[in-house]
Amino acid sequence: MAAILDRLFGDVPRRALAGLGVLALILLVAPFFVSQFVVTVMLLAFYFAYVGQAWNIMMGFAGQLSLGHSLYIGLGAYAAAALYMKAGIGPWAGVFVSIALAMAVGGIIGYLGFRFAITGVYFALLTIAFAEFFRILFDHIDWLGASAGYYLKVENRQENDPFNLRGSPLMFYYIMLALVALAFGLCRWLLTGRLGHYWLAIREDPEAAQATGINIFRYKMIAVLLSSGMTALGGVFIAFYNNNLYPEQIFSMGRSIELLLGPIIGGLGTLFGPILGSALLVVVGEIMTDLTEGTHLAGLKQIFYGLVVLLIVLFLPGGVWPWLARLCGFDRDRGDK
Amino acid sequence: MEFSAFDLFQSVVKGLLTGMVYSLMALGLTVIFGVMRVVNFAHGEMMVVAMYLAVMAFALIGLDPIVALLPIAAILFLFGYTLQRTVINRFINVPEHMQFILMLAIAIILVNACLLLAGPDAQAVQLDYALDSFEIGQLLIDKTRVYAAVGSLVIAVLLYLFFDRTRTGKAIRAAADNHAGALVVGLDVNRLYAITFGIGAACVGAAGALTIMLVQVQPFLAVEYTLLAFTIVIIGGLGSLRGAIAGGLLIGVSEAVAGFLLEPSLKSVFSFGLLILVLLIRPQGLFGRAA
Repeated sequence: MAAILDRLFGDVPRRALAGLGVLALILLVAPFFVSQFVVTVMLLAFYFAYVGQAWNIMMGFAGQLSLGHSLYIGLGAYAAAALYMKAGIGPWAGVFVSIALAMAVGGIIGYLGFRFAITGVYFALLTIAFAEFFRILFDHIDWLGASAGYYLKVENRQENDPFNLRGSPLMFYYIMLALVALAFGLCRWLLTGRLGHYWLAIREDPEAAQATGINIFRYKMIAVLLSSGMTALGGVFIAFYNNNLYPEQIFSMGRSIELLLGPIIGGLGTLFGPILGSALLVVVGEIMTDLTEGTHLAGLKQIFYGLVVLLIVLFLPGGVWPWLARLCGFDRDRGDK
Repeated sequence: MEFSAFDLFQSVVKGLLTGMVYSLMALGLTVIFGVMRVVNFAHGEMMVVAMYLAVMAFALIGLDPIVALLPIAAILFLFGYTLQRTVINRFINVPEHMQFILMLAIAIILVNACLLLAGPDAQAVQLDYALDSFEIGQLLIDKTRVYAAVGSLVIAVLLYLFFDRTRTGKAIRAAADNHAGALVVGLDVNRLYAITFGIGAACVGAAGALTIMLVQVQPFLAVEYTLLAFTIVIIGGLGSLRGAIAGGLLIGVSEAVAGFLLEPSLKSVFSFGLLILVLLIRPQGLFGRAA
């Protein structure tokens, strides 16, 4: 236990640790001080932070660009929802099926891509092609509602039922927050270990990594499997939170892009980047929604997103977090915290 | 379902004609990549912008898209030229994913500007010959489709002549083959790059103006066109002009035949299936050179 703690927090500067503690405390008690609406906004930010973290393992750590992560969200969501609705199997058991399914598909994509040496843009396209393939496939599965969508039963209940994930936004707030914290810890643990160092070596220079004896196929596969499994878990919770699934939305390329904007804006390959980026995006998005309310200016919010992303790639290509961390003096451990 | 070999033949012809327009769109993408190694992820968005321009030209002054094609291509050339000069040129030698994110941001801005200005509803050009068709024996082919295909073919030939015959075209090819060498012999590579991006944008602009004769335009088509252009170019070979033409025709036919044999909504499954197959068996594409 002590060893794990040391690995997680060992060489993190005091200031950064204190900052993290304060942030955690604020997030834990926040729901008691803000409106229900703010809670729903924050839990959405947590969701994006979590799936962004999962995506970041593949791209930020191992350097494999996936533009089809909506596929894993969709598979996870549909598997758990179908098990719950068709067989009465609760989401906490269904989660395992969801994760296994997403990992299987992710594994196939990874195997094909890495075995046949498909890299860069080509690999990204392969991931899009698979996601699109499944989108159209689910559009035609009548058993799961096809393009008309699949719905989870919504009941009017007085109390939260965490075992079946039926309940208020507040319950989902804490679940999502826990997911973010766990993913953050897991990624920190992975990055400080052998695996993390192998990944960074592969990201920086695959040929050099191979020359030093790293089995790059195996470690890229591990990144894909972990990333797809974690993403599917996010899909389960968002399915039970939203209670509806449409193939056109959940498998769309737009969703894949939405979930990678957070880590990119926050800082690719950093641990705190996905969290900060998602928070920024959701907050900016809400402000824009507020400003444009009643004006029927569809698209203005997205234009603003586009401009923010454009400005960041132009002026802060490493993302917001590395810059902010330097500003706050959190970066004494090579800035990977 | 009952169908005859003749109906199948008819849909193959239709697919070839549509495919020709796809080829033109894909040519734009492949030219940009072939010269600068920049992947234009805003390609479908540029296409949709051109389609809206064509709708506007028709609604305001009744300009036929075939004529509007010229000013639209010119506008997109200027847009591409300026974009390359001001922004993209700084991203030539950065990692692929950074280029991707840059183009993604541009794509998001373009498509949502369309949504903001034109609204989400489908818009079309009501040509008075829209329902006419040519009759060759028993074969019935829409006039609009033939015009769009012929227009695309003419532009593709012009593009080939430009790269093969003109000084600028040759200089661009030289810069693509050997960046350092081009600098050494005194070529203004930045200007050539800007021209190339302009040409790529003009191709997709022309393709957009021709496509509006065949389909209605909606902002959300942009992503589909981006993916379509990519599928075609990867199948043909990223950076290869011949590949873009062959890929466009192949996808055009495969979509038409899939729509004919199965459901129209399943047509892109064929394209993506083809894409996955090509990536695995021949990742450099049908006409691409092995890396």
